[in-house]
Amino acid sequence: MIVLLDPTSERSPTIRPRLPRPERLDGLTIGILDIAKSRGDVFLHRLGERLAERGIAVKHYAKPTNTRPAPLLLRQQIAAEVNVVIEGLSD
Amino acid sequence: MEENLPQNGLVAVVKRDCPTCVLTAPVLGHLAQRGGLKVYTQDDPSFPDTVAGRIDDTALDVSHRLRIEIVPTLISFEGGREVGRTFGWDRGEWERLSGIAGLGADLPEARPGCGAKNVEPGVLERLKIRFNETGLKSRRIAIGAEEDEHEAMFARGWSDGLPLVLPTEERVLRMLDGTGRDPQEVLGLVPPDLAPATVEKIAINAVMAGCKPEYLPVVLAAVEAVLEEKFAMHGVLATTMFVGPVVIVNGAVRRRIGMNAKGNALGQGNRANAAIGRALQLVIRNIGGGRPQEVDRATLGNPGKYTYCFAEDEEGSSWEPLSVERGVKPGQSAVTVFAGFGLQGVVDQKSRDPESLSRSFAESLKAIHNVKSAPACDALLVVCPEHHRTFKDAGWTKARLYEELYQLCEIPGDELIAGAKGIAEGGPPSQAGKSVNKFRPGGLMIVRAGGDAGMFSGIIGGWSAGGPRGSLPVTKEVKS
Repeated sequence: MIVLLDPTSERSPTIRPRLPRPERLDGLTIGILDIAKSRGDVFLHRLGERLAERGIAVKHYAKPTNTRPAPLLLRQQIAAEVNVVIEGLSD
Repeated sequence: MEENLPQNGLVAVVKRDCPTCVLTAPVLGHLAQRGGLKVYTQDDPSFPDTVAGRIDDTALDVSHRLRIEIVPTLISFEGGREVGRTFGWDRGEWERLSGIAGLGADLPEARPGCGAKNVEPGVLERLKIRFNETGLKSRRIAIGAEEDEHEAMFARGWSDGLPLVLPTEERVLRMLDGTGRDPQEVLGLVPPDLAPATVEKIAINAVMAGCKPEYLPVVLAAVEAVLEEKFAMHGVLATTMFVGPVVIVNGAVRRRIGMNAKGNALGQGNRANAAIGRALQLVIRNIGGGRPQEVDRATLGNPGKYTYCFAEDEEGSSWEPLSVERGVKPGQSAVTVFAGFGLQGVVDQKSRDPESLSRSFAESLKAIHNVKSAPACDALLVVCPEHHRTFKDAGWTKARLYEELYQLCEIPGDELIAGAKGIAEGGPPSQAGKSVNKFRPGGLMIVRAGGDAGMFSGIIGGWSAGGPRGSLPVTKEVKS
């Protein structure tokens, strides 16, 4: 572990907060990421249908394998195209 | 540890690496055998082998607590309090402290000691940190062992886009050794957040920028200068125009810290030039919260917003340095800050008389911002040595050159008004029939810098809001 001295005026917390969750999904584009866990695709596909029924824009993505982090290009593509991501983490 | 120090008796602190300590080893053995002496060894726990009960102080805790500076040091305690201390070998002093006559009869009368390990550079800082004696007030940020510390600094937004030196407590303490000023002294409020610029916070940013401790006084002077009301740092940061602070350094400090005033003075490759200018920018970014596409609204900016700092080449000049011209006494180190951008070259390889060369300068100066713009902005003219020689040989003082340039920068208003020359940009119709100067009175500054070869001077243009209604150059003395 290394300890650094804060060079700033210390107006923000040392642990960076997560981005706030959106209060509404209207007008946002939702990314649905299938991480390749078994039957995740079934669940996520149904979720996508339900969101689309509510008139929300949905884009589908898939990781090639659940054993490794998503490839860089896929991460960049998702970050550029959607506002919120939903993924299924378990079987 | 301290509780092990004797209530009454003697303490000696030694190291094997010190010839005087080695010399006194038999004396230490003699005193230890009589009782009442504790020997702490700083480097080699097997030294001195004349003392069986010597104590390992390679962690240097006891040495630090006792504020040892020289080894050997002999200290006498009574009732748990120090009542006497001597450094090096001095028979008289050792006899006085021990109360024993005839010590080290075969030794010379006296020998100076050596520097103690606990005050070696780097070691002292670590001990101060371990004993929580740094006095540093800034928040500590722990970076996890699995985290890449460089990426962590980028992720926190501390960087100007280039890698930073890690601002560890040790490095910040060493940086603060570069100034005698109180780390908690506030130099001003840094825009846009108007956060206080303490010497400590500036030192942290100076570490990150790559400064050596001896650069810190120059950085502090530059920060003080931009925080003066008349420099208008908030506006210089927030403008959509190109400008950022340009730092010009004068006086003895230039050579002391190895600044470049010669070849490539405005370019890359000199640590002091680069790190001082960068430290100033990091202060604005990190203390002030001034970041591009936030409060910094620059359309293009300029590469000097990474760092823009150089020294004037005073040696061999027939002109007074910029600082002296601006009221600082000769020889005194000073910085001048100017809200400037980029560099427009003035190439003139044919003028051999000052009249021709000053006309050449003036025509180039008239192009800043837009040939249709007057008054346009303040400007800094950097005259290279070969161009300076032409003025020097003709006996032109700097004041003469200012005067001539000002006159040569008078422009017929008919050429400036909007629409003239088929260019919609331009001044109001009221300029027609009048003569208009490119610069406000006092809006030009001249310095001398550059390599000995090449007839290439430079113009650093300013902010359209130059002058009293916007940003004025500020000069500050460099304080130790």
